[in-house]
Amino acid sequence: MLGLNKKDMSLLLIVGALALLAPFILNPFPADSAMAQFNAGYPDLMQRFVIFGIFAIGFNILFGLTGYLSFGHAAFLGVGSYSAVWMFKLLSMNVVPAILLSVIVAGLFSLVIGFVSLRRSGIYFSILTLAFAQMSFNLAYSVLTPITNGETGLQLTLNDPRVLGVSQTADGSIPVTNLFGMEMRSTFEMDLGPWLFQFNTGYYLCAILMLLSFYLSVRIFRSPFGMMLRAVKSNQHRMNYTGLNTRPYTLAAFVISGMYAGLAGGLLASMDPLAGAERMQWTASGEVVLMTILGGAGTLLGPILGAGFIKYFENIFSKINDSVLHGWFGFMPDGLEDFIVTIVHPFVGKGWHLTLGLMFMAVVIFLPGGLIEGGQRIGKLFSRKSKKSDGGDAEHHPKQTPHVAE
Amino acid sequence: MGILEVKGVGKRFGGLQALGDVNLSVAENSVHAIIGPNGAGKSTLLNCLVGKLIPDTGSVMFDGQSVLGRKPHEINQMGISRVFQTPEIFGDLTVMENVMIPCFAKRDGAFELNAFSSVFGQADIVARAEQILEDVNMQDKRHMHSASLSRGDKRRLEMAMCLVQEPKLLLLDEPTAGMARADTNNTIDLLKQIKQERDITMAIIEHDMHVVFSLADRITVLAQGTPLVEDTPENIKGHPKVREAYLGETAH
Ligand SMILES: Nc1ncnc2c1ncn2[C@@H]1O[C@H](COP(=O)(O)OP(=O)(O)OP(=O)(O)O)[C@@H](O)[C@H]1O
Ligand SMILES: [Mg+2]
Repeated sequence: MLGLNKKDMSLLLIVGALALLAPFILNPFPADSAMAQFNAGYPDLMQRFVIFGIFAIGFNILFGLTGYLSFGHAAFLGVGSYSAVWMFKLLSMNVVPAILLSVIVAGLFSLVIGFVSLRRSGIYFSILTLAFAQMSFNLAYSVLTPITNGETGLQLTLNDPRVLGVSQTADGSIPVTNLFGMEMRSTFEMDLGPWLFQFNTGYYLCAILMLLSFYLSVRIFRSPFGMMLRAVKSNQHRMNYTGLNTRPYTLAAFVISGMYAGLAGGLLASMDPLAGAERMQWTASGEVVLMTILGGAGTLLGPILGAGFIKYFENIFSKINDSVLHGWFGFMPDGLEDFIVTIVHPFVGKGWHLTLGLMFMAVVIFLPGGLIEGGQRIGKLFSRKSKKSDGGDAEHHPKQTPHVAE
Repeated sequence: MGILEVKGVGKRFGGLQALGDVNLSVAENSVHAIIGPNGAGKSTLLNCLVGKLIPDTGSVMFDGQSVLGRKPHEINQMGISRVFQTPEIFGDLTVMENVMIPCFAKRDGAFELNAFSSVFGQADIVARAEQILEDVNMQDKRHMHSASLSRGDKRRLEMAMCLVQEPKLLLLDEPTAGMARADTNNTIDLLKQIKQERDITMAIIEHDMHVVFSLADRITVLAQGTPLVEDTPENIKGHPKVREAYLGETAH
C-alpha cells in the first residue's frame, strides 16, 4: 500500500499512531502527582519532538545514506525560520505560505552551500559546511541586521505591513499564526480524573507534516536513488567507473536534507513567530548530528527516536533541581539524603549535558548502530527465547560502518 | 583501425617513467592480452584508458573518439567497463544490489533522480540482474552482503557488474588472481561464452599463462613501460626475446 512493502507500512502505521496519541502516551502521570514533572505531553515540548524529528529525518537522508557528515545543517533551519517570520510580517499570518517559503529558501541556500562543500569529502566536507554555517550565523548576528534584527532576533511588531491581514487585532495585539483560521496555539484540554491531556492544533499540524516527511524518507530509502546514495557511501570509486556521476546524487541528497531542515525551521517559527541567530549556531548543528547517531544513523526510525531522547533530556532532566531531589530522597536519614543528593546533583538540572554525554558515549561504544540497534538486540533476545530457530532477517539492516565518511 | 587506438602514450611518476612510448591497437571483437613482469606498467596503462590517470603524452582513441580529458563515468558511458586488480565492489550492499546498480547506470545514464519508485519494482532491472547472477553462478548468494564474499567471489561479482552493462570494451586486470583452479576455468568458459554470444572486445592483463593462451587472439608483452613485441599467441610462445624477458621466469 502507498508503494510500501508490508514491513515499512507497519512501521509507518506505528509512527502514525504514536504521533497521534502522543498527548496520552507522553502524559502517563496524574497532573498533581510527584511524577508529573516527567510528563512531556504539553504542546510546547510535543511540538519540539516532532519538529526536531523532521530535522533529524532529513539529516539522516544525507548522513545516513551517503555518509557525508554535515556540521552546518542548523544554518538551513535558521534560514527557514527567518523566511517564515518575514512571511508573517509581510504577507499573512497563515502558516502555509510561510512554510512553503522556508522550504524553498532553505533549498536554494543548501544548493549553493552543497555545491561548494561537496567538492571535498570526509573531514574537509564537514569543515566546509561548518565554516559556511558559522559564517551565516555571524552574518545574521551582525551585518545582516536589517534582515535578521541582529542579536534581538526577528519578531513580529504591532505595525508590520501585512498585505493579507491586519497589523493589529481589534484589541490592539499582534495577530496569531493560523492555518486558514485555525489558531496554532489553540489547545483542547481534556480532564480525565486526575489526568490532564492537551490537544494542540499546532502540534497536530507538525505531527502530520512529520508523518509525511517520514513517509517520504521511507520511499527515498527504498528507491533506486536511495540505493545509489548507499552505493556512494560504500564505494564512490566503483560508482564512478560504473558510469554514474556521484556529484548530482550527493548534491540532491544535500538539498533534500536542507529542505527538511527548512521545513523544521519554518514550523518552529509557525509555532512561535520569532527567529534568532542562535538557531544557526554550531551547537545547533552538532545537536542534529547527535540525534541521528544516538538514534541510529542510516535507520528509518533512529533519527526520530534520537530527536525525542535529546529533547526530552533537554526539557525534563534539566528541570530536576536540588529541592526536587530532596523531595524524592526525603524518606532517608538526613546525612544519607544529603550525600545522595550531592552525588546525583551533577547529573540533573543544569548538569543534564553530563548525563547525555555519558549516554552518548555508551551508545557509540557499545551500540554503534544507535538506540535502534539496542532495540533490535533486545528484540532478538526475546524472539530467540520464544522460538529457538532464528531465521535472522538480514534483509535491510545496513551493516554498521564508521560514522564518518571515508 | 582498431576499436581502441593508443598512440605514443607516456606517463611519468616523479622520477619513474612508468610508461614510455606505448602504441597499441586493439581490433574490434578480439581478445587482446597484455602480459609483462610486475611493475611493467600494465595497470598504469589501463588507468590511462579509463580516466583514472591522464597520460603526459600521446592519445587514446576509443570508437573514433578521444577519451582523454573525460571523466571516468563519461568513459564508462562510452562503453568501457573495467575490472580492477583489487576487487572494487559495493561492500555494504547485497550481491543483488551490486549488479542492479550498473543496470540502472546503463538504462538511466549518469544521473537520474529516481526517488519515488521502488528498487525491486523495476522488473526489467531485476530480470537482468538475476540473469547475470545465473551466468556467473552466484544466484544462491544474491542476498549476501558482498563484503562477506570470498576473494574469488568478489572478483566474479565485479566481472558480473561489468558484463551486465554489455560494454563494447571490457578491461580485465588480472581477473583470475586469487581464484581456485576450478573457478579460473569457469571464468575462462564464461568469457568465451560471452564472446560467442555478443560483440565484445576485451583487453586482459593476466599472469596466468593458461588463461592468456586459452583466450587471447593477440598478445602484447610490456616491459619497463614499453611494448617489447606484439604478436599471435603461437609466435609469442616461441619468441626468444619474450622468453628471456618474461616467460623464462614463470614458464616451467
Ligand atoms: N599512482 C602512482 N604513483 C606513483 N607510482 C606509481 C603509481 N602507480 C603505479 N606506480 C608505479 O609505476 C610502476 C608500474 O606500476 P603498475 O601498477 O602499472 O604495474 P603492473 O604492470 O600493473 O604490475 P603488477 O603486475 O604488479 O600489477 C610501478 O613501479 C609502480 O610502483
Ligand atoms: Mg597491475
